[in-house]
Amino acid sequence: MTVHTKRSLLRLASWSALAATAALVGCGKKEEVAVAAAPASAAASAPAKAPPLKIAFAYLGPAGDHGWTYAHDNARKAIEQEFGDKIVTSFVENVPESADAERIFRDMASQGNKLIFGTSFGYQEPMLKVAEDFKDARFEHATGFKQTDNLRSYDSRSYMGAYMAGIIAGKMTKSNTLGVVGSIPVPEVIRNINAYTLGAQSVNPKIKTKVVWVGSWFDPPKETEAAQSLINGGADVLLQNTDSTAVLQTAEKNKKFAFGWDSDMSKFAPEAHLASAIINWAPYYSKAVKDALEGKWAGKTATWWGVKEGANDIVAISDKVPADVKDMVAKAKAGFMDGSVDAFKAPLVGQDGKEQLKAGETADDKFLGGMMFYVKGVEGKIPSDKK
Amino acid sequence: MESFALLLAATLNAGTVLAIAGLGLLINERAGVVNLGAEGLMLIAAIAGFATAVHTGSDTLALLAGALAGGLMAAVFGWLVIWLNTNQVATGLALSLFGSGFSAFVGIGYVSEKLGKRPDFHIPVLGDLPFIGPALFRQHPMVYIAIAMTVGLGWFLYRSRAGLVLRAIGESPESAHALGYPVRRIRLAAAVAGGALCGVAGAYISVVYTPLWVEGMVAGKGWIALALTTFATWRPARLLLGAYLFGGVTMLQFHLQGEGVHVATQFLTMLPYVATIAVLVLISSNINFIKINMPASLGKPFFPGA
Repeated sequence: MTVHTKRSLLRLASWSALAATAALVGCGKKEEVAVAAAPASAAASAPAKAPPLKIAFAYLGPAGDHGWTYAHDNARKAIEQEFGDKIVTSFVENVPESADAERIFRDMASQGNKLIFGTSFGYQEPMLKVAEDFKDARFEHATGFKQTDNLRSYDSRSYMGAYMAGIIAGKMTKSNTLGVVGSIPVPEVIRNINAYTLGAQSVNPKIKTKVVWVGSWFDPPKETEAAQSLINGGADVLLQNTDSTAVLQTAEKNKKFAFGWDSDMSKFAPEAHLASAIINWAPYYSKAVKDALEGKWAGKTATWWGVKEGANDIVAISDKVPADVKDMVAKAKAGFMDGSVDAFKAPLVGQDGKEQLKAGETADDKFLGGMMFYVKGVEGKIPSDKK
Repeated sequence: MESFALLLAATLNAGTVLAIAGLGLLINERAGVVNLGAEGLMLIAAIAGFATAVHTGSDTLALLAGALAGGLMAAVFGWLVIWLNTNQVATGLALSLFGSGFSAFVGIGYVSEKLGKRPDFHIPVLGDLPFIGPALFRQHPMVYIAIAMTVGLGWFLYRSRAGLVLRAIGESPESAHALGYPVRRIRLAAAVAGGALCGVAGAYISVVYTPLWVEGMVAGKGWIALALTTFATWRPARLLLGAYLFGGVTMLQFHLQGEGVHVATQFLTMLPYVATIAVLVLISSNINFIKINMPASLGKPFFPGA
């Protein structure tokens, strides 16, 4: 064998090994069957039993991120518990918010999944396209704003959690400067930054908030660097609208405070963790499955649940938070429950001094959904804001 | 002023990762070996280091495990390109892709792991000085070790006999071979040493810099380190300065935002690469400059007895 052919063979071998690895690792798809299917004999003698409803989830990050995706995965496990052998769930992790997402949703639909959850804003366009082609499947899109006959959207009022975190932050800060690590400047995130600031200002009018954007939902090294810059700039209580525990861990290292976001993150920073603003998707997922099983599922709706429906909460409040502050948080929570407290109430003054909500006006969902301004007290500019 | 001191500290910390990996690649390239697999190699070292830290609780062992993983990967790379004479560019790229996939695969179980309490480093007396203390003397030991390594490597390359041999092999492996030096073995040693340093840098990222593991967390630092060797025209001291400069740019993009200065972060992220291209253009426009600085056999296979 000449040197040349040996070399090209070797190259071929290494490339094919590479391709195999890539295929293996590309998408960590797992299928979990909640309960083993009933024995065949029983199925045959009993009156024809409906096959289980196949449900698929597309996750933005890894299920073990302990943040956004982790919360969705917990809810998936909760519905498996609740519905047992009536459903079969599967999920795909690390689905990019790109053209690749469309392929994955198409796969899910072709594999016979009849209820498909897309758990990130960026899946909106791909889901719309796939929903168009698979009319018999039902699509549920998290945090989106478009709906069709077989696609509906759902969201949680995470700004309520941010507001309650703000109350704690306003009382715990020594520098009166809060910091937020922002992900991508969309209304959802800006709403949370504003709610965090307003919550803090409700107990401490001197509050200022610094914001650093990392341009990604999940990028721990960047989140670390951003958190470090905020601390260097004088912020001493941090919140993040990103999905990892990196900001909390950076606060821990610097002996500052921070919050858990989306899931309970207390174990990642025993000293720095003040509380976790969590999202519980289980009530909505349970409703969606029930709707589908009972044939009541209808598209063209947008569901936006908050504290009242059990979708949002603040949990694991640290012992470092004084009892009177805990009472304030409990009061705000009770207020969100009965509707007497509103995170955004008139008069609401923007960063530029302009009144965004005049006396007598209330912040309706349309106002909240299009929030692209900082409230007074937030420093800096929104990156996409060309004005 | 206080915030400037902290920016400086963060810059040193960010630059250290690039400096250690860059020095490793510089050793490779001085011997005539280009390892484009740095990114993948660092990822494998990052998961190896993180896993070691989770199981043993020792950061030192974790960094050593990173070095071991990096060295092993580099040994495989070295065997392929030095003995089997595979194309260095293609093999390096393959290693890079393999590393990112393989590390993600073995790291699945570690995504939600956390490390124990992170130690706090503070040099007594010096660390308490105003301004200089927080800026320079409250860093992880690796920050100082990186500076020592730069000095050491400078001495090795330009003042020691072994360094002269290494450079000779990078310049003209045929002549070194004719003089009786074992070119392949020395190249392999250089590749392994360089890989081990990249490994230390990878483990530093997952154990010290961002103490957690996620897929692809090296996030292009391997590529920046590769760019750095060219940027530094293969000189250790310039490489260290370049590392701090590139590290400073990454920290500056967030610092400016926090201070309310509005600069497109994408622009700042791009800067290190633009700087590298500018240096490449500069050195390429003067043929003598390349002759003096760039190892002449860089990336070329060597066939003994050919």
